Amino acid sequence: MRALLATLLALALPALAAAEPPRVGIVTPNAPPGTPLRELGYQLYAGNCAECHGTAGAGVAPSQSANGTGDIHAAGPPLRGVGARAADFYLRTGYMPLARADVQPRRSRVLFTPREVDALVAYVGSLGHGPPVPRPHPERGDVAAGLSLFTDHCAGCHQVAARGGYLPGAVAPPLDEATPTQVAEAVRIGPYLMPLFSTRAISDRQLDSIVAYVEYAKRPQDPGGLAIGRIGPVPEGLIAWFVGGAALVGCCVMIGKKAR
Amino acid sequence: MIGRLKDLLVALAVLLLGRRRPGGDPEAERIVPPGSPDRRAEAWVLALFGLATAGSIAFLVVYALDPLAHRTQLLGVALGVALAALGAACLVIATRLVVTEELEEPYPAEHVGDQDAVAQLVAESGDRITRRRLLTLGGAAAGGTLGLALLAPALAVGPVFDTDELAKTPWRRGRALVDEAGRRIAADAIEEEAFYTAFPEGADRETVGAPLVVVRLSPDALHLPPERRGWAPEGIVAYSKICTHAGCAIALYRKPTFPAVEPRPAFVCPCHYSTFDPATGGTVLFGPAGRALPQLPLLVDRSGNLRAAGNFSGPVGPSWWGVRSRKARGA
Repeated sequence: MRALLATLLALALPALAAAEPPRVGIVTPNAPPGTPLRELGYQLYAGNCAECHGTAGAGVAPSQSANGTGDIHAAGPPLRGVGARAADFYLRTGYMPLARADVQPRRSRVLFTPREVDALVAYVGSLGHGPPVPRPHPERGDVAAGLSLFTDHCAGCHQVAARGGYLPGAVAPPLDEATPTQVAEAVRIGPYLMPLFSTRAISDRQLDSIVAYVEYAKRPQDPGGLAIGRIGPVPEGLIAWFVGGAALVGCCVMIGKKAR
Repeated sequence: MIGRLKDLLVALAVLLLGRRRPGGDPEAERIVPPGSPDRRAEAWVLALFGLATAGSIAFLVVYALDPLAHRTQLLGVALGVALAALGAACLVIATRLVVTEELEEPYPAEHVGDQDAVAQLVAESGDRITRRRLLTLGGAAAGGTLGLALLAPALAVGPVFDTDELAKTPWRRGRALVDEAGRRIAADAIEEEAFYTAFPEGADRETVGAPLVVVRLSPDALHLPPERRGWAPEGIVAYSKICTHAGCAIALYRKPTFPAVEPRPAFVCPCHYSTFDPATGGTVLFGPAGRALPQLPLLVDRSGNLRAAGNFSGPVGPSWWGVRSRKARGA
């Protein structure tokens, strides 16, 4: 019994280690506990963001010569006036920090702790007069209206099932991991190559419906039975041909046997 | 002319009423036992062929009648009746008219004379059929009309001889742009990095030349051809929303967040990823489209609303034979 427990423990330990790998790739300032949030954010910004976004969010234009340590060709848009909204979106999706300026930011592990993210959001939000983090209310939205709006504005790239898609030069990400706040932020910001939608194009009320639909699309009802990947007629046709067709051939064989 | 028609009618009457002499060599010994003629079964087959013909003709008629309610369902019923009747006719022929008999014999090593025997077998199997030519005619009518019915939808691919209609658009100088809800669009309402769809005011939205994509670019990013100077007031450009490749609606707009290192702004068609550059007059950046997206010249009227300043720079919609030699025209 003891040997079994020891074996289980030995098996579980590497798994525990794998669950929380070290946070490699970010600079953590040696700030004493109790440092004000914005002050901590300033220090984090200096260590992790300023190389590309410039001092105090001034931005860095791309240049031929390397301007960072390790021959980094750093370049990034200015952050003055982008507000807490953009910082919250890019940091909590793991889009930032970005290894290279010219690649598409992708959803990845968030290396900052929640308090560090709060600190960075507070700092970037204090650069200029940018919009705050939105608070969507999907419970006030209407899923059916959301589907209609999603079809009009979003499905071209993200597909009507919100499973993402491709376009020349970019990937439209799937929305299954996007939180309601992140969806609301992305609509207003237009990250990377996505167009932005102002309140004139999509009102806050309509945005609630879109968020409600995206939430529904994460776990849609499948009234027909099997979902088969929920990506439309190609896998469904494959099933029809291979399963339905085989069944028909089987029927033909049975009929032929009886007639003999 | 009349004489010929008379000949035709006489020939038809002979065909319908005349009976064919039994074929084959009367002297040869029969292989297939002679069966008694079955006039009722033949009548059934003729009736079913007639039904198949009627179904096919009904398909053609329904297809030609555009504004019919439940047209798709009626087309399905007509085609279903035609196919079912044809199948039933074949069943009746097989079970009631062709002599059936099961023979078992060892397969001969030599094949001398077997081919003649097979030919005789085939000829004699049809002996019971008395009105052979009438049945053939009925079958040909059913098969022919069904073939026509299946070919008819190919006409929907487009006009074959008169492509003039394709170049017509509802746009002309002074026609206002409206949004999905029919409201006029103020130039101020068009924001950079966003993407808008517009339609002609007071015109049919369903025509291929009606829908537009409208975006605002910063004026120094615009590099329109010199003859299009003044087509983009305040940097607002409008293009046909219909892809010049296969006619899908251009539903994708990509805009860089940080233009210095990211791909340039472009319209993208979701069907085959044809990519058009709004800054240079809709030229093709990528994909299967063979010609630029037609641009609509714009002007801002006194109340600040967007209006067309003319017609498109080229014919709208998917390409066809000789499309490059055409110009967009007012309807």
